[in-house]
Amino acid sequence: MTVATQNKQSSGRGMRFVGGVANYLDERTSLSGAVKFLGRKIFPDHWSFMLGEIALYSFVVILLSGTFLTFFYEPSMVEVHYNGSYAPLKGIQMSVAYSSTLDLTFDVRGGLLMRQVHHWAALLFVASIGLHMLRVFFTGAFRKPREINWVIGFGLFILAMAEGFTGYSLPDDLLSGNGLRIIDGMVKSIPGIGAWISYLLFGGEFPGDNIIPRLYVLHIMLLPALVIALLAVHLVLLIVNKHTQFAGPGRTNENVVGAPILPVFAAKAGGFFFLVFGVIMAIASLVTINPIWTYGPYDPSPVSAGTQPDWYIGFADGMLRLIPSGWEYVAGGDTWSWNILTPIIVLMVFIIIVAIYPFIEAWITGDKREHHIADRPRNNPTRTAIGAAGVTFYGVLWAAAASDLFATHFRLTIEGVIRTLQIFLIVGPIIAFWATKKIALALQRKDREMVLHGYESSRIVRLPGGEYQEIHYPLDEYEQWRLVSYEEYAPAQVRPNKRGKITVGTRMRASLSRFYFEDRIAPVTTKELESVHHGHH
Amino acid sequence: MADKSNELEVSAGSAVARPDRLQNPGFEPEHQRVTDESPAREKGAERGVSFLFLLSAILSVAAFVLNFIFPIVPGDLLSTRLNNLFVGIAIAAGLLTLGVGAVHWAKALMHGHELVEERHGTRGDDATRSRAAEIFTEANKESGWTRRRVLRNSLIGALVAFPIPAIALFRDLAPSKSPQELLNHTLWKKGVRLTRDPNGVPIKASEVTIGSAFHVIPETLGDVEEGFLDEKAKAAVLLMRLPLADLNEAEDRKGWSYDGIVAYSKICTHVGCPVALYEQQTHHLLCPCHQSQFDVSNHCAVIFGPAARPLPQLPIAVDAEGYLVAQSDFLEPVGPSYWERAR
Repeated sequence: MTVATQNKQSSGRGMRFVGGVANYLDERTSLSGAVKFLGRKIFPDHWSFMLGEIALYSFVVILLSGTFLTFFYEPSMVEVHYNGSYAPLKGIQMSVAYSSTLDLTFDVRGGLLMRQVHHWAALLFVASIGLHMLRVFFTGAFRKPREINWVIGFGLFILAMAEGFTGYSLPDDLLSGNGLRIIDGMVKSIPGIGAWISYLLFGGEFPGDNIIPRLYVLHIMLLPALVIALLAVHLVLLIVNKHTQFAGPGRTNENVVGAPILPVFAAKAGGFFFLVFGVIMAIASLVTINPIWTYGPYDPSPVSAGTQPDWYIGFADGMLRLIPSGWEYVAGGDTWSWNILTPIIVLMVFIIIVAIYPFIEAWITGDKREHHIADRPRNNPTRTAIGAAGVTFYGVLWAAAASDLFATHFRLTIEGVIRTLQIFLIVGPIIAFWATKKIALALQRKDREMVLHGYESSRIVRLPGGEYQEIHYPLDEYEQWRLVSYEEYAPAQVRPNKRGKITVGTRMRASLSRFYFEDRIAPVTTKELESVHHGHH
Repeated sequence: MADKSNELEVSAGSAVARPDRLQNPGFEPEHQRVTDESPAREKGAERGVSFLFLLSAILSVAAFVLNFIFPIVPGDLLSTRLNNLFVGIAIAAGLLTLGVGAVHWAKALMHGHELVEERHGTRGDDATRSRAAEIFTEANKESGWTRRRVLRNSLIGALVAFPIPAIALFRDLAPSKSPQELLNHTLWKKGVRLTRDPNGVPIKASEVTIGSAFHVIPETLGDVEEGFLDEKAKAAVLLMRLPLADLNEAEDRKGWSYDGIVAYSKICTHVGCPVALYEQQTHHLLCPCHQSQFDVSNHCAVIFGPAARPLPQLPIAVDAEGYLVAQSDFLEPVGPSYWERAR
């Protein structure tokens, strides 16, 4: 027998086996239907579409490493005297939560590695969700029919932050205990019921001996269950709605162009999971994160300078820092702590605007069609400018969380840093809005210019008359299409309704529409293109 | 076709329709990859991917073996570090080679042409929608949901009432006392000695030199069995001695200090961090969490930052043996504000 026939025979046997298994499963589960439905589903390709994938994969890494940690961590606030292998803390009184975290760090094989994998993956999880949301926002991928999925994704972002905060508190070290102290202080400020809520949350006075086991249950059961449930709906809706794609030749609002799940997308996505996992693992083995053994156990009395929350809590901490002195009033014996309520209200308003933005924009445009082509950010200048203003607002708050570090590193006064950031919090978003809108419009003009007159070739030619001119090469029709295929909106007119009245809503909508679409650059039309070409000949 | 016609009826709002807009030119001609054109390159890519997968397997085994080469020795921190470093790097390298291999396989070797799938409107087609509406109508008829109003409303009432027991169930999240009472009192009372944090050694007034600051806990804290940290979180105090000339004391508080020695709650009136940083020259206290600043020479008035109230002062005196003692508890609740605080 030759080698070739041997191969053929063995592969035949292999195929028969696979076929047998497939038949067995299908006769019991109707699996072939799922394969038929999903197997060749098309996913468009773009680097920015991978941000959501990073979030998904880092969540898987979090589940894997977190499960490992639960085998060793004990969520108890019973006080013990440490007797583990980390010498500097020997004999010190601490909670079981803290000492079991030390044991798992120093005495469990791979314990430190898994703790660091878990923490780095958590930081990446929230970061990638944030970037994914920015991608969806700036490309308008939240428009019909994806508004609901935007809200679900927003819910996941909030849950991810809650997961992060509860997890960060579990080691019961000095830093995380101070974080809880701040939460306690914020909760207590709630009008009417603050002291009671804190009392019930902590199971008595702060810190009590209940909060760690309570946070543990939230962290490993309730919140992950919610994350998984919302994630499932998020992905089902992704399948139902199919992914958006950027404009390009052949791509329309009625098709989706890309790679099928089997085999190309599965291989790329599966490989990408291992890349994300590998990068997290590499960072975890090279870069220390949250070295709780240097902080010591929680004690309400000491604290060190330069304390920082994890990055995603920074914006809230920064907002607390930016309130001027003395914002507290006592009226009729009731204490209104506006120095804490104001940040809570401002942040709530900010995140609620983020959550409902798709509905606001849909109301302003009145556009009820489905949108499957992702916008280039420049082609919707006002939306992009609003996004930039929001990012600036968030960024200033985030910077404020490091106000003391700015002061010490750059030898500035803390008062100067805070006052500057207070001004920036208000002025920054306005500047960002204005500049971004200008830039977006300028880029649109440049696109028009390119479509109409071609791109610069860097070839300078001297004409017979002595005049110098740069030669422009025309774009091909595919390039042109990428630059002209975008939606264009005109400001809505104020029109009376059926009863002949102009309502406040109509007026508001018209003025918002004017705000959005007054400055706009129309895409090049065939007529314009013809007249230009005519002029050249 | 039905889907298409539905879509056309949908309002485009203020979108501008231009009949003379440029038309989609259709797909670009596919371009060939090097692996499509050269069988040698294809073979090379195949070999490269297999090599990466093989390397990944070797690295995973290596990570397993490295555990034994760099074991964790109890008490030896360096061994933990090395174990973390080498095992971690080997696992990471194994994962990365696996990932790169899979992606490279997809990009260089799998069928490279883009495929097209038609989209249909997200809404169900008319037949499905009318069947769904019909089902609801039938269910309504069969159950009498809208016809039997009393029945329906009583069901809604029962469902609304059903979580009510939970309110009582959750009351025991905290003890039966009310929180305000607890927040009003600390361990300090008349005659309790001021002792050092954390060792509990009493402080003699003569030990407190000008410019020095002590982190203080009440002497009785050491006897607390239950709720040690709860009591410490309220009773922590900062003790400082200022030159008498720098101390501006209010008339009614003249008797609260001793020879320039003053004691203030260490718990920030903002959100409760320990106000641990004392600036000796300016007599300012700085909270490291949100940078509120308090002026010790003026009864810890807020001079900057988000705090609204001065730190509460602990009235102190000296006992017969020369040790510093409290004259009483704090005269107001310490720490962050809450609704009933001023009552």
